[in-house]
Formats: sequence, C-alpha cells, structure tokens
Amino acid sequence: MPEIKREEVLHVANNLARLELSDDEVERLQYELGRIMEYFLELQKIDTRDVDITSHVLPMTNVLRDDQPGECLSQEDALSNAPDKIEGFFRVPRILEE
Amino acid sequence: MSWQPCVGLEVHVQLSTDSKMFCACPAEFGGEPNTRCCPVCLGLPGSLPVPNQEAIEHVLRTGLALNCQVAERCRFARKNYLYPDLAKNYQISQYDEPLTQDGYIDLDVNGQPVHIRIRRAHLEEDTGKNIHLLDGCSVVDYNRSGVPLMEVVTEPDFTSADEVRVYLTELRRILRYIGVSDADMEKGQMRCEPTVNLRNLQTDEATPKTEIKNLNSIRSVYEAVRYEIARQLRALETDEPLVQETRRWDETARQTVSMRRKETADDYMYFPDPDLVPLEPSSDWVADIRASIAELPTARRRRFVEEYGLPEYDASVLTEEKAVADYFEAVAAASGDPKAASNWVMTEVLRYLNEEGVTVDRFPLSPECVAELIALTADGTLSATIAREVFARACRDGRSPRQIVEQDGLAQISDTSELAKLVDEAIAANPKAVEDFRAGKEKALGAIVGHIMRTTKGQANPQLVNDLLRQKLSAS
Repeated sequence: MPEIKREEVLHVANNLARLELSDDEVERLQYELGRIMEYFLELQKIDTRDVDITSHVLPMTNVLRDDQPGECLSQEDALSNAPDKIEGFFRVPRILEE
Repeated sequence: MSWQPCVGLEVHVQLSTDSKMFCACPAEFGGEPNTRCCPVCLGLPGSLPVPNQEAIEHVLRTGLALNCQVAERCRFARKNYLYPDLAKNYQISQYDEPLTQDGYIDLDVNGQPVHIRIRRAHLEEDTGKNIHLLDGCSVVDYNRSGVPLMEVVTEPDFTSADEVRVYLTELRRILRYIGVSDADMEKGQMRCEPTVNLRNLQTDEATPKTEIKNLNSIRSVYEAVRYEIARQLRALETDEPLVQETRRWDETARQTVSMRRKETADDYMYFPDPDLVPLEPSSDWVADIRASIAELPTARRRRFVEEYGLPEYDASVLTEEKAVADYFEAVAAASGDPKAASNWVMTEVLRYLNEEGVTVDRFPLSPECVAELIALTADGTLSATIAREVFARACRDGRSPRQIVEQDGLAQISDTSELAKLVDEAIAANPKAVEDFRAGKEKALGAIVGHIMRTTKGQANPQLVNDLLRQKLSAS
C-alpha cells in the first residue's frame, strides 16, 4: 500500500479543503487515502491510450438553454439558509481582499 | 544592454445577455441585494447549471472576430478556491479546453503595424460582490454571481503602453460592433489585468512578472503599464531587486504599489465540471455565427477611405461606433454626396449627440432629413450658416428642412437685383470702410459684407454679395 505522509493529509485538509483535523483523524485518513491510492494504482494498470477522458457518463453534448430570464427567489428565501445576514446581504467573517 | 518590455493582457468582458450564464436569473446590473438569485447561482445542493446559448454564441462571435480557432469539442472546468464571492466554492470556467483559441489582431499604432497574438477567448461566470464593512465583517450580494463573463487573453506581445491602449480601444470597438458587450470599463463591463516584465533581447534573461490590478479605464491601464515598465527599468539600472507580485494601481498617486507577493503558483485544482456536458459547436452553427458578424471597424474604416474618398481621420471618427457609421452611410446613400454627408455627421450630428448626451438611435433627424439639407445647400437655397440654423430648428421641432425653409422664410437671397440694392445700401452706410478699401485695405471689405449679412440675418448669398461689392467698388 502506498504511504500517504502526514504532511500530505494536512496540506489537503488545511490548505485546500480548509478542514481542521485531530491527530486521530489525520492518522485514519493516512490509512484510508493510502487504500484509495492503492485502488487507483490497480486502475492505472489498464491501458487507456486510445480512450478519451471521461468527465461525464451521459453520451450528450450541447445541452443549452435559450437566453430567457425567469423567476428568482425572494430575498427572504435566498437568505433563509444563511448562518448570518444583515440588511439583505449574506454576512461572512472578514475576508482580506485578494 | 537592451531590455524590451513584454506586456500580456487578460481582459474580462461582461456579455450582454438577458439572463445569467447557467440559470435564468436576470443578468442586468443593480437591484436590491440578493434579489436576482436562484438555487443555481447561490450554489444550493442539488441545483444544476444549464449554459446560456446566447453567451456561448457571443464568445464564438468574439473568437471569430479575433481570428481564433473554434474548438471542435470543449468542456467547462471547475476552478476551486475559497472566497465567498461565489457561493459554490468554485467558479465554472474553462481550463485546458477553451471555446476559442490561437487568434490574432492587427493594429495600427501611430502608423506602425503591430501584430498581437490572441491566446484564447473563453467563457466563465462572474462572481458576486463583496463589501467590506468597518466592523470587521464582510457582506456578499450574489446578484452578479453567474453573469456570463468572457475572458480574452493575449500572448505577451505588447512592447509599449501605446500598443496596449490601441488594443483595448480596438477590442472595445469590436465588442460593441458585434454586439457582445457594451464593454464600458468605468461600469466594470470590461476589466483588464496587464502582466508586465522586461526581457533582455541578447541573453533572453527576464525580470519577474508583475500583475496590475484596480484599473478602471483605458487611460489608467495605459498609465499603469507605462509606469510599471519605467519602474522595472529603473530598478534594473539601480540594482534594486524585482519580485513576482501583484501590484495595485493607485489612481490618486498615479503609481503602482505592491499588494502581495506571489511565491507559489495558485492551486485551483481544476477539473472538468461533471454537472455540464461537453460542447461541440457544429460547423453549421459556427458558419451561421460567422455569417452574422457584421463588417468589423478596421475593414469599414478602410472601405470608407476607398469607397467614399474620405480622409483617414474622418473615416476613423465615423466608424468609432457602428450606429454612427450606419447613420453616415444612410445619409451618404440618400444624398449621393459622401463628402457632405461626412461633414454633416462629423460636425453637426456628433455635436448634437455630445451636447444632448444621447446615442445616434435617439437622434431626432432621419438620414433623409440630413440629405435634404445637403441638397438645399448644394442648390444654393441655403447658405452654410442658414443650413446649420435649419438643422437646429429641425432637431427642435421635427419639421422637415424644406418645411422650415418655406414656413420660416429662410431661403438664401440669390436674386442679383435684390442683392444689388442691398449692396448699394451697405456702401452708403459704410463710407469709412469704402474709403479704406479703395485705399488698398482688403480687410475693409469684410465690414461691408458683414453689414449686409446682418441686415439679411445671414440670408444673403455671401459669394454673390462679395462679387457684386467688388464690382461696384472698382467700377465707380
């Protein structure tokens, strides 16, 4: 089974997914991600040189809509799941300008 | 050592559509916060995006106008990042499979031909708007979230701020011509982020790239690029270190200031969006779009010079806006006199539009009306001055030039006997000027002509008045 390093789990969790993990969780994920990688290594044995990358299982293309405006949610409904709101806006913790 | 500036441009363009990119919410600007939102543009679980055909056609139209290749097959990708301006935590964009790519545009920069390669024109969605409050919190309005946004990226082919300015002006003109966007930078419909560095032509060494943000007009892009090129050259001369960074244009101080250093490339974890099926623009579809593209500004400018014999300058003024060029051509056709049509449109019509702050589709006179004025001037019924007065009256009350001339008695006096009488009166009334003229003062004639024009309220035919006056003064 390929080894997933503690730092790799922390990078994905903290930097990419913004999740905080306990030491136990990190250890468990090292094992579980290792198992997943092992399975992918198995898949990689298949020769896929002449196979297109699949991003979609439906054999469809060009599913489009006409440029017709329709109904929107009311402001109240739009904000109904917001953990925090103020005067019609979603309120979020301070974000530094990118 | 010779260092050459290398500037590349990323331009974002809000496309003119009625609805958003992946949902049916209205795309128009403004409105109470979060009132133009639905489960799709709020990123609610279980909602599914469906692309807006018009937006895709706008990008195809732009790509074709910029000589790009249209992809036979392409997909949307998720650009993942953690910033609340999009509720989904990713932006639907295009990554390795843009809708159009590998184009070019040929520019005329101060008389020199400049060839700029277009890397790609692709489609993505706009973000919501963050407002940062003083209490330390930020608030988000998702009305703009999901509005169709096109990204046009050039290769780093610009070597001066002048080239950048000409490109942006031409790109804006093209976008308006083909009707894909109003492309007003002040309104944020067109946003531009230049990347600037210097390359040593002998050693191929290059300085780190800086990206400039906060540019709200073509003017500020021009100034910021010029400033940044000069700053990097100065840093090289004085051995100051240059770093890869994002810099902000400070509109008041008129300089770029460091915002943040870019030490690592951003990891957006792009992958094909499984919610959207691939696009395969058929050759028929692309051909239809190609056929729908009207003549582009550069071609039209060239044609105006060749077909109508207009000076370059006039041709470029008249083709600046498609509707104005259309109007001019209608006047030229109706009057059969392109030169006069050009004069009228460039001076009187454009002045009216400027003064009233309206576009040509709101201009009160039909092209036939202006053609009538041209005809009335050409046959001597109206002098140039009176013609302008008739124009003003027609704009005010909607009467036709012919009606105005008849009803207001504005026809030019070209009857020689009537004019002869006026000339005699004027000579009698201006003995001093007559004496001066006879003593050799050419200019004195102007005073006598002026007298006649005043008494006839400008209706006397000035050429005839001049001739008659000279005759009389030299005869007696």
